Amino acid sequence: MSTASVASSARAPITHDSLPAWGPWAVVGGVLLAAVALGSATEVALGVLLLLGVVLSVGVVYVWSRAVEGSRRAKDRSVTIAVTASFLLAIAPLVSVLYTVLSRGLARFDAPFFTETARNVVGEGGGASHAIVGTLVITGVATLASVPIGIMAAIYLHEYGSGRLKKALTFFVDVMTGIPSIVAGLFAVALFVLFFGPGIRLGVMGAVALSVLMIPIVVRSTEEMLKIVPDGLREASYALGVPKWRTIVKVVLPTALAGIITGVMVAVARVIGETAPLLITTGVFSSMNSNPFDGRMSNLPVFAFNQYKFPGAIPEPYIDRAWAAALTLIVIVMTLSLAARLIYRRFGTDIR
Amino acid sequence: MASSSSDAAGAGRPGGSFRRPGDRVFSGLATGAGVTILALLAGVAIFLMIEAWPAITAPAEDIPGGEGLWHLIAPLAFGTVLGSLIAILLAVPMAIGVSLYITHFAPRRLSQTLGYIIDLLAAVPSIVYGLWGIAVLGPAAVGMHRWLAGNLGFIPFFEGPASATGRTMLVVGVVLGVMILPIITAVTREVFSQTPRAQIEAALALGATRWEMIRMTVLPFGKSAVIGGSMLGLGRALGETMAVTIILSVSGAVTLNLISSGNPSTIAANIALNFPESSGLAVNALIASGLALFAITLVVNMAARAVIYRSEQALR
Amino acid sequence: MSSAKSVEVSDLDLYYGSFHAVQNVNMTIQPNKVTALIGSSGCGKSTFLRSLNRMHELVHGARVEGSVILEGQDIYAPDVDPVAVRSQVGMVFQQPNPFPTMSIYENVAAGLRLNSRRMKKPAMDEIVERSLRGANLWEEVKNRLERAGSGLSGGQQQRLCIARAIAVEPEVLLMDEPCSALDPVATLAIEELIRELKVNYTIVIVTHNMQQASRASDITGFFNLEESGKPGRLVEIDETETIFSNPANKATEDYVTGRFG
Ligand SMILES: Nc1ncnc2c1ncn2[C@@H]1O[C@H](COP(=O)(O)OP(=O)(O)OP(=O)(O)O)[C@@H](O)[C@H]1O
Ligand SMILES: [Mg+2]
Repeated sequence: MSTASVASSARAPITHDSLPAWGPWAVVGGVLLAAVALGSATEVALGVLLLLGVVLSVGVVYVWSRAVEGSRRAKDRSVTIAVTASFLLAIAPLVSVLYTVLSRGLARFDAPFFTETARNVVGEGGGASHAIVGTLVITGVATLASVPIGIMAAIYLHEYGSGRLKKALTFFVDVMTGIPSIVAGLFAVALFVLFFGPGIRLGVMGAVALSVLMIPIVVRSTEEMLKIVPDGLREASYALGVPKWRTIVKVVLPTALAGIITGVMVAVARVIGETAPLLITTGVFSSMNSNPFDGRMSNLPVFAFNQYKFPGAIPEPYIDRAWAAALTLIVIVMTLSLAARLIYRRFGTDIR
Repeated sequence: MASSSSDAAGAGRPGGSFRRPGDRVFSGLATGAGVTILALLAGVAIFLMIEAWPAITAPAEDIPGGEGLWHLIAPLAFGTVLGSLIAILLAVPMAIGVSLYITHFAPRRLSQTLGYIIDLLAAVPSIVYGLWGIAVLGPAAVGMHRWLAGNLGFIPFFEGPASATGRTMLVVGVVLGVMILPIITAVTREVFSQTPRAQIEAALALGATRWEMIRMTVLPFGKSAVIGGSMLGLGRALGETMAVTIILSVSGAVTLNLISSGNPSTIAANIALNFPESSGLAVNALIASGLALFAITLVVNMAARAVIYRSEQALR
Repeated sequence: MSSAKSVEVSDLDLYYGSFHAVQNVNMTIQPNKVTALIGSSGCGKSTFLRSLNRMHELVHGARVEGSVILEGQDIYAPDVDPVAVRSQVGMVFQQPNPFPTMSIYENVAAGLRLNSRRMKKPAMDEIVERSLRGANLWEEVKNRLERAGSGLSGGQQQRLCIARAIAVEPEVLLMDEPCSALDPVATLAIEELIRELKVNYTIVIVTHNMQQASRASDITGFFNLEESGKPGRLVEIDETETIFSNPANKATEDYVTGRFG
């Protein structure tokens, strides 16, 4: 027959030989075990060997599967392994970071760390209570400034906005989420230097910088939450003759509240560990200062950085303090993220 | 949705254009907040400009380094771009793999939790990544650096001599890659999971394997999201400060050599390192470099957003 | 050229998780005939149809019991590759679903490229043309093969999907309400096409349109649901003429004459 036909070649039986179910995973497991063994025997880093191991097992499975099942199934299997491996590889740093911070941070995760300051501390001892207070004050001020602006702007975008202003705001809020944190810090510097002269360092400058980073996050998350409040609720309220603003305050916002709080907590978690903008705005200070309008103010990220970067003659106590500060930060951030998720799960699902 | 609700309240109520004072005040406040944000963004540009101006107009020999602003910023811009490119090269394929795993390979009831675990990567503060990079990843990578220098030394990137501490551009790139992975993944995961069921079934009914189905439907469908997400990640990598500041051992050299201890710094890291001790025109010069960084990231982010918006429009 | 095959369904039970959707179906689907499946909404016609090319199991938690024998081979036997089954049992869906990022040509060639990657361009062209002719679409699109498939009208898109399905020369072609999104003219065109296609294929079509079943099919099977929440069953299957003029079952008669609740 002269007409082209798929059938002649591809009309294969629908049954086929296939690799045993354990086959591919046995290959991967075997190769990775070999990599670990090799890793303990040579100086090449384990991570590199594991990576090469994954590549090697993808190759082995491909060749084996191709011989038994044909190239299409072979490709499918290789991709499955590669994709699974990429996921595991992606969470490996997370596991390593958490393990490292925990194991190194616990050395100084003690009572004095939370009660004492670094004032006149040379070598061992001392604490970071001043930095913790500073972080709470600076982040608190930033939150107080960002949340009302962010929520009101989201209300504008979703409930009132129209035309070019709305379009521009939507676009630039998204763009603003990408501002480098150091640039936000420089902005605060430029702003305050203009009014107070060069060399100025204040806690509130840090708060201004953090606000620039926080506001777009709050706007975006609040807007998302307003979007899932059903229009029926609003209309029911209008039908009762309730004015629009009271509808928003009394009906829309309470309905979206759990989601909005979640968004705010996520925003706080995102900025509370910011180091760069605080390094250039709040300066370094080793004593307690809880007044954001009065001179230099310590905070956890900058404290961690300085302890690590400028250790004393015997570096260990400084480095231990840096890790303890990092652990404190991680605990705060993870608690906020988890709590945000729980709040949303517990109170937020019924609006969907 | 937004416009329908505002119509319902504005035009739909009896009384037409009459608005209660409460409504006027409240909508004024909301609009004011929106305008404030735009003003804030403009303010960032303007105030940086004002403080950068003295450095831009100053004679070259007054700028730190003595050769003018351009000679100060160019090597830094080079370092910034180099580190970010490594990060992008590593993170984009990973992000595609991770997103595919979460949306089409993992057991369905796990996928939300797995997505959340990836998001946790974004929650780790950059200072912690910095400490991790210098204390764990860098030392762990020394062996590989030596191996690269020994075996692939003919490639300019791996020329060596290999750093003995791992405080290299390569390690910085890897850490930046880890940091931007969740940002890219967030965008691609969302779009991959929205691939229309009808497309997926069409491919499978033709006798496609899972991977062939993904090639035929999921990847073409998510292409612009991958591009947009990658550019968002790039924007973030360009501006990342602390991880670079802590990890990178800087000599100021402009080199493609990724594994030696002499590296170009980045704009952001240079600011963080030098700002606390600077005064006078040096501060203006640093702010000018920050302005350059702002301009670069702004362009990258605007392009990323434009791509993502276009792809979202196409989905409608 | 392509060999139509018979399908033997025995004791087939279909589940969605713990929900029993279709119970104990036994039927023989004859080669080179059009078998129509009718029945009220929700009685499991689509579910049954999707079990004939192993699409049912793609739904999370879905299960199959019993056997579907395609020319002597149980497609649910453990050593059977579902991917291979689907390339031999083609499917056309209720909503036309051409691949939006592919041209008309690429859409038709999509299935071919999977199996015969190294097919030469002239051979590929020939099959694409033959499939488009087979789907009665060639004359309308021959000058714009490189345009996007999604730019066609609904009826054209559906015929494109049929061309895509027959390009891989399946033995059986499943169609789930292929005309429900189309106007009467396009519907008649597809019915005409179905009658032509049975020369080469075994065709199973789900439809809510009694006239369509009587016009286009040789055999008709009637599915029914005793009450909601209970599984659907195959009540009766026979020559289409018999089902519409002289059915054995009261429920069938009520349904085909429009007296159903
Ligand atoms: N993905 C699914 N998950 C759970 N149950 C399903 C699913 N799809 C269908 N069902 C249930 O299975 C039963 C049969 O559905 P099916 O779609 O097969 O009906 P049908 O006869 O094709 O109806 P229609 O004529 O409306 O297309 C229905 O009760 C339906 O609710
Ligand atoms: Mg149906």
